[in-house]
Amino acid sequence: MMASLKLEGLRKSFGATKVLHGIDLELASGEMLVIVGASGCGKSTLLRLVAGLEEPTAGRIVLDGRDVANLDPAERDIAMVFQNYALYPHMSVFDNMAYGLKIRRLSTAEIRKRVEEAADMLGLRPLLDRKPRQLSGGQRQRVAMGRAIVRHPKLFLFDEPLSNLDAKLRVTMRAEIKRLQRRMGVTSLYVTHDQVEAMTLGDRLLVLHQGVPVQLATPMEVFERPADIYVAGFIGAPAMNLLPARLAAGGTAAQLDAGPLVPFADGRRAGADGMKLTVGIRPEHVALVAEGGLALQVDLVEPLGSETVLIGRLPDGEMLSIKLAGAAPPEETVHVAIPPPNLHVFDAATGLRLEPRG
Amino acid sequence: MERRTIFRGWLLPVAFVLPQLLLTFFFFLWPAGQAIYASMTRQDAFGIRTQFVGAENFTDLFSDPLYLDSIRRTVVFSASVAVLSMAVALLLAVFADREIRGRGLYRTLLIWPYAIAPAIAAVLWVLLLHPQIGWIGHGLRALGIHWDYKLDGAQAMLAVILASAWKQVSYNFIFFLAGLQSIPRAVIEAARMDGARGWRRFRTITFPLLAPTTFFLIVVNVVYAAFDTFGTIRALTRGGPGKATETLVYKVYVDGVENQNLGSSSAQSVVLMLAVILLTAIQFRYMGRKTER
Ligand SMILES: Nc1ncnc2c1ncn2[C@@H]1O[C@H](COP(=O)(O)OP(=O)(O)O)[C@@H](O)[C@H]1O
Ligand SMILES: [Mg+2]
Repeated sequence: MMASLKLEGLRKSFGATKVLHGIDLELASGEMLVIVGASGCGKSTLLRLVAGLEEPTAGRIVLDGRDVANLDPAERDIAMVFQNYALYPHMSVFDNMAYGLKIRRLSTAEIRKRVEEAADMLGLRPLLDRKPRQLSGGQRQRVAMGRAIVRHPKLFLFDEPLSNLDAKLRVTMRAEIKRLQRRMGVTSLYVTHDQVEAMTLGDRLLVLHQGVPVQLATPMEVFERPADIYVAGFIGAPAMNLLPARLAAGGTAAQLDAGPLVPFADGRRAGADGMKLTVGIRPEHVALVAEGGLALQVDLVEPLGSETVLIGRLPDGEMLSIKLAGAAPPEETVHVAIPPPNLHVFDAATGLRLEPRG
Repeated sequence: MERRTIFRGWLLPVAFVLPQLLLTFFFFLWPAGQAIYASMTRQDAFGIRTQFVGAENFTDLFSDPLYLDSIRRTVVFSASVAVLSMAVALLLAVFADREIRGRGLYRTLLIWPYAIAPAIAAVLWVLLLHPQIGWIGHGLRALGIHWDYKLDGAQAMLAVILASAWKQVSYNFIFFLAGLQSIPRAVIEAARMDGARGWRRFRTITFPLLAPTTFFLIVVNVVYAAFDTFGTIRALTRGGPGKATETLVYKVYVDGVENQNLGSSSAQSVVLMLAVILLTAIQFRYMGRKTER
């Protein structure tokens, strides 16, 4: 049942509107790849191309060694979980799950076995005779999952399956999806705009920005070495601080517009001194210092229990947020320092990450 | 949003409902009352003396084989019109639903028949079906079929069914199209992902989800065919040949106006009125249940 998926130069336009600008992607058998991006960036469109619900403008979709780009969804052996579940309203839970199997002409005994197996996995046994309208949101979600599972497809597609659930249920279902996907070992594409979901679920992430893939890497890699300013600001909460600066000291330091000179801990960057940079520092990496450093006038304190987020203004007016373990200090002005090892350096002109040379 | 206006006094509210009440009274309650009264009387052959006979007109009616024939004929006619016009409308609606572009023109063309008066529609059909001048009639004869709906009862029935069904297709089409468009696209897509295609998908997903629309239309079409096709039959066959296309409504006219048998004709119209009330009640009950869930 394991299958690999390969997308080559996949493009999609609706009339004159270009939605996807060339996606190349390769999924290993059993891998869970999460596509993450802001609303409207083309995630659903990408999923629908793979599903066969839309026709690509250009490119190939190779599933298990076969180009399926021009096949009907019925011939692709792919199951999809829709955002609003899309259950068949006139069928019982059992029939919702059995429908795809009946169409594939499985024996009644086999259908019953598979549906009951999935129902047990998802805790749906007592609900098999109910109609969708008699179920809660979480239960509908499970039925939608069950409908995909019973098919034993080559590929699972998930289109923001948790976005209609309340926060608590979302966390539970997230863990459950991960567990099921591991257990069944089905190659999966999972789409979400929620970066926490993306980080926790994906073996790898593809960050999509306005139809352009900007980074494809493991969650930790995306977090630790964001490929550009967009990814840096999108992944991580609260978002990374991005401050204007200039290259200085022969490419070995950043001269922040706010004042301090921060040396690069990991090596020289290419470019002439004075080149415009954007430097990033995550709120949890900004250090509080007793004195010296930068003065930050605190505008807002957000206690989160075990942590506190301070949002304030630097003397030159730049916003900066800090995440602290424990409670906030009582002062209205605090002093902060930017530890060099945690600095992210981007070219302000292109937005791309600048790696140390050599 | 709820809008509620409170009127003071009684004059204004009464002025608002009065026109409708007057219409209802003069065009429904008054003639209905007269029909009920007339259905319990009998006139002598010269129309001079009127005698009260109670339920006798009704008992006579249901022991009259001609009347029972007419009931049978009406059932066949109504069922055929309903099935034919709904089937054609559904087919067209499915195509229209698929064809996103050009739908505007398509829809307009399909709505026309509904806006045409029955007599004019019937004339169109005469021009099509006439054995000599109609091109369908002409074509059928050219094919060696002995086509003359003015002489052949079965052919006459077919002609009025065709003409009546055609007129109702637009109405059904609009409701079916609205019904199709209200089916969530994702549900159809889920079925596509499950491997369902074509007729199978239509039969197991689309059609069941259209059930409320279908039920509504069955009642509307039966009411239409049984009660609202007088004009079409009048213009096309005049109930003939013989009594081949004399439906219950047409028989009310024949017995009341042509045969001057006011008592029996009134009794027949009271029976029809009860039938309409019954059908409407069934529909309201069902629709009420639909909105509850
Ligand atoms: N059928 C369509 N016709 C025209 N534009 C579309 C269609 N489907 C999606 N789009 C456009 O493509 C863009 C991406 O949509 P979508 O893939 O749904 O985004 P996401 O799922 O990331 O929120 C949006 O700007 C949307 O308006
Ligand atoms: Mg989407």
